[in-house]
Amino acid sequence: MHIMEGYLPPAHAAGWWLVSGPVLAYSGWAVGRALRRRPQDKFLLAASAAYMFTLSALKLPSLTGSCSHPTGVGLGAVLFGWRPMVLIAAVVLLFQAVLLAHGGLTTLGANLFAMGVAGALVARGVFALAGRIGVPFRPAVFLAAALGDLVTYLVTAAQLALAFPDPEGGVGVSLAKFLGVFAVTQVPLAVAEGLLTVLVLNVLAAEDREELKELGVIREGGHA
Amino acid sequence: MTRIWNLALAAGVIGLVAVPLLPGVGGGKAFLGTDDQAKDAIKDASPGYEPWTEPVWEPPSGEVQTLLFTTQAAVGAGVLGYVLGYFRGRKARAGGADG
Repeated sequence: MHIMEGYLPPAHAAGWWLVSGPVLAYSGWAVGRALRRRPQDKFLLAASAAYMFTLSALKLPSLTGSCSHPTGVGLGAVLFGWRPMVLIAAVVLLFQAVLLAHGGLTTLGANLFAMGVAGALVARGVFALAGRIGVPFRPAVFLAAALGDLVTYLVTAAQLALAFPDPEGGVGVSLAKFLGVFAVTQVPLAVAEGLLTVLVLNVLAAEDREELKELGVIREGGHA
Repeated sequence: MTRIWNLALAAGVIGLVAVPLLPGVGGGKAFLGTDDQAKDAIKDASPGYEPWTEPVWEPPSGEVQTLLFTTQAAVGAGVLGYVLGYFRGRKARAGGADG
């Protein structure tokens, strides 16, 4: 994913920055407030950020014969909600834009919306909804991480389709084309990310059950 | 039980990533990044579009790029391992060292 530097027209780049910028500022404020209230969370938050850092550096081969990378948003979104993930995603995207020419500064607003805002909101929303309708913990984490990953690429495809509508068929035709590039490749990788996130949460829960209970991630007496 | 689960999960992740690389499955495919494919799709939709900015800095070679990607992954893995070790040690000190 990551729309490349210069590949969004200026108006689109600015528009996505206008959307993501305030959310990023709110995210920074919310992280500060959360850590003042519960300083003991900083280790788990660091682990969530580290997971995202690692996963977004790995370009994985997919069954479609192309490569893409997971996002790593799901773990932190399940543990802490979507708010801190926006700030962490911004750090990851900034690193890749400045040092790796991967993504870009003008397109960072759009990329942040796809990965940090939409990806984290969907991951957290799916986790909450799955819990409410009685889906057990592990499958709920799997669905949250996999769908949070997938939706990031759906949003990226939509962003590119809006910016580059097909000259004849318009946005719809263009969207189908970009979905063909991003979404199909991403399906097996999203499944892999879902499985890996369950694995990491299993390990975390084995070492630190109490904090996960305090965060409301696993319920008293529930399986983790 | 959790251990078996974890092994199965790890096998699933490795399988999903490794299977495409097997000869006969992804054989002959290029495994290019989707970013480059997206660039081509943009060229199809808007043949006249030229990127209006350039990356501020680009790794001078594929090797340097690999170094930076590896660094990113290693820093993340290091921090994750540190935190897990910290939790494990804390649990052991608290006297709950059964897992």
